[in-house]
Amino acid sequence: MNSFTFARATEPAAAVRELAAHDGAQLVAGGTNLLDLMKENVARPPRLVDINRLPLAQIEERPDGGLRLGALATNADTAYHPAVQARYPLLARTILAGASPQLRNMATNGGNLLQRTRCYYFYDVGTPCNKREPGSGCPAIAGLNRMHAILGTSEQCIATYPGDMAVALAALEAVVQVQGPDGERSIPLGEFHRLPGDTPQFDNNLRPDELITAIDLPRRGFAKHHSYVKVRDRSSYAFALVSVAAGLEMEGGKITTARLALGGVAHKPWRDPEAEALLVGQAAGADAFRAAADHLLRDARGYRFNAFKIELARRAVVRALREASTA
Amino acid sequence: MHASSSLAPPETITLTINGQARQMAVQPWVTLLDALREHLDLTGTKKGCDHGQCGACTVLVDGKRINSCLTLAVMRDGAEITTIEGLAGEDGALHPVQAAFVEHDAFQCGYCTPGQICSIVGMMNEGHARTDEDIRELMSGNLCRCGAYPNIMDAIRQTLRERGEKPASEKNATPIPAYHLAE
Ligand SMILES: Cc1cc2nc3c(=O)[nH]c(=O)nc-3n(C[C@H](O)[C@H](O)[C@H](O)COP(=O)(O)OP(=O)(O)OC[C@H]3O[C@@H](n4cnc5c(N)ncnc54)[C@H](O)[C@@H]3O)c2cc1C
Ligand code: SF4
Repeated sequence: MNSFTFARATEPAAAVRELAAHDGAQLVAGGTNLLDLMKENVARPPRLVDINRLPLAQIEERPDGGLRLGALATNADTAYHPAVQARYPLLARTILAGASPQLRNMATNGGNLLQRTRCYYFYDVGTPCNKREPGSGCPAIAGLNRMHAILGTSEQCIATYPGDMAVALAALEAVVQVQGPDGERSIPLGEFHRLPGDTPQFDNNLRPDELITAIDLPRRGFAKHHSYVKVRDRSSYAFALVSVAAGLEMEGGKITTARLALGGVAHKPWRDPEAEALLVGQAAGADAFRAAADHLLRDARGYRFNAFKIELARRAVVRALREASTA
Repeated sequence: MHASSSLAPPETITLTINGQARQMAVQPWVTLLDALREHLDLTGTKKGCDHGQCGACTVLVDGKRINSCLTLAVMRDGAEITTIEGLAGEDGALHPVQAAFVEHDAFQCGYCTPGQICSIVGMMNEGHARTDEDIRELMSGNLCRCGAYPNIMDAIRQTLRERGEKPASEKNATPIPAYHLAE
C-alpha cells in the first residue's frame, strides 16, 4: 500500500469539499474494495477521507411509499432490515448472495455500487489494461476472458461490473442520490453505471467530487413474484458468472409487469425494456420465458473462454422467471 | 510520487481491545490486523490471504464480525474490538465455542481456527443460523485449508444446541459419523 494522508469527514459537505480540494483523494467507507485495490497498487490515492461518521447509515420510509437506503448502511443491515425483508425481498436475497457475512458487515451500499471490476488484468499492475491505464491495451480480448462480458463490450474493454446488489436495484428501478459541490442530483440506477466505449477508465457517471448519499427504492418491490438466480463456480462466496434479477406482477396467471436485469454479462447491470415488454400479457410459461431470454441475449457476443455464458444466461433467465412466477 | 512513510504523520487512536483501552500512534495505512499483530502483539488473529478472501483475520468490532485485513486501524478509532485472546473467561475458562472445538477436534493445523471461532461468535450474535444449510452459508467466509469442516459443523451444532437455539429440524442435519456415536 502507498502512503497517504488521512482525514475524517463528519458532514457530507465536508466530504465533498475534501474531494474538490485534493486531487486524487478518495473516500473510504467499508474499505473492502478500495483497500484491496490499494494493496495491489491498482489504486494509489494520495489522500483518504473516512466517511464512516457521516449521518448516512439510516434506512427510512419515503413519502411516496418507497424506502431510502442510506449510502453508509451496511449490506448486512440493509438485507436484514425488516422493511427490506418484507417489501423488497428480491434485494435482501440478492445482497445475501454476495460476498461473505464478514464482508457484508463492512460493505456499504454506496461503496457496493462503486466496486470495480474483477478482471484479472485490471488487478495485475504488471500487465497493460485500458481501464487502469488508458491507452495501454486490453489483454483480455485475446487472453483469459472467462469472467468477461458478452454484451455491450468495446474494442477497448470487455470487463464486467461484478456486483450483485446493483442487479436487483436495476430491476427495482432504484434511484441513486448524490451530492456534489453544486448541490444534489438524482441518477436512475440504469444510468448510473456505463458501457466502456472509448473511455473504460470510467465505470460509472458519478463525478470525482460527488458523494453518494442514498439509494431510493420506489414503492413497487415485487415482493410476491421475484427471484435472484446467481450462477457461480462454487455455491457460496464467489462472484457471479451470470446472475438474473427478476420481478413480476401477475394477474390470473398472466404477467402484467416484468423487470429483468442481468449481472456478470456487461459493464453495467443489463436491462432491456423490449424483452420485458415481450412478457407483458403473456401466460407464465416456458415459451414466453425463452422468447424473453432470446431477445435479451440477441446481441450477445462470446469470446474464446466465455461463449458459454450466452446460453447460460438464457437458461438463468428462464429459471429466474419460472421461480418468480411460481413463487 | 508519494511521501515516504517516515514523513507521513502517525495518528493517535484509542481502541478498546478485549475490554482494555489501548492508545497507540499508527500510520494511516496500518490495517486493523497489522495493528493487532505488530503493534499490540496480539498474534492470535491470523494473516492468511490479506485480501478478505479467507477469513483467518476475523475479529469482532462492536460485536460484529469483520475481516480485520480490509479495514484501517484509524477507521476504527473508538471501537470495541474482541479478538480470540478475549473470548475465554477471566479465570481462563474456555468460551463455549472454544470448548466445542476442543471436544470435536475441529481443527488440524489451527491457522484458520481463531478466525473460525470469532466468526461463529459473530454468527451467533447475528442470530440468523437455523439449519445446517444456514450455518454452511453463513460460515462460507471462513476457509479451512485442512478441510476440518465436518468437525467445525459438529462444534457449531453443539454450541447452538447448548444455547437452545437449534430448532428440532434435524432433517437438515448431516448424519452424525459413526465414530462420534461410539463415544
Ligand atoms: C473476497 C471478496 C468477495 C466479494 N464477493 C462479492 C460478491 O459475491 N458480490 C458482490 O456484489 N460483491 C462482492 N464483493 C465486493 C464487495 O461487495 C464490495 O467490496 C463492497 O460492497 C464495497 O463497499 P465498501 O463500503 O467496502 O466500499 P469501499 O471499498 O470503502 O469503497 C469503494 C469505492 O467507492 C467509493 N465510495 C464509497 N462510498 C462512497 C460514497 N458514499 N460516495 C461516493 N463514493 C463512495 C470509494 O471512494 C471507493 O472508490 C466481494 C469482496 C471481496 C473482498
Ligand atoms: S477487459 Fe477492461 S479491465 Fe480487463 S484488461 Fe481489458 S481494459 Fe482492462
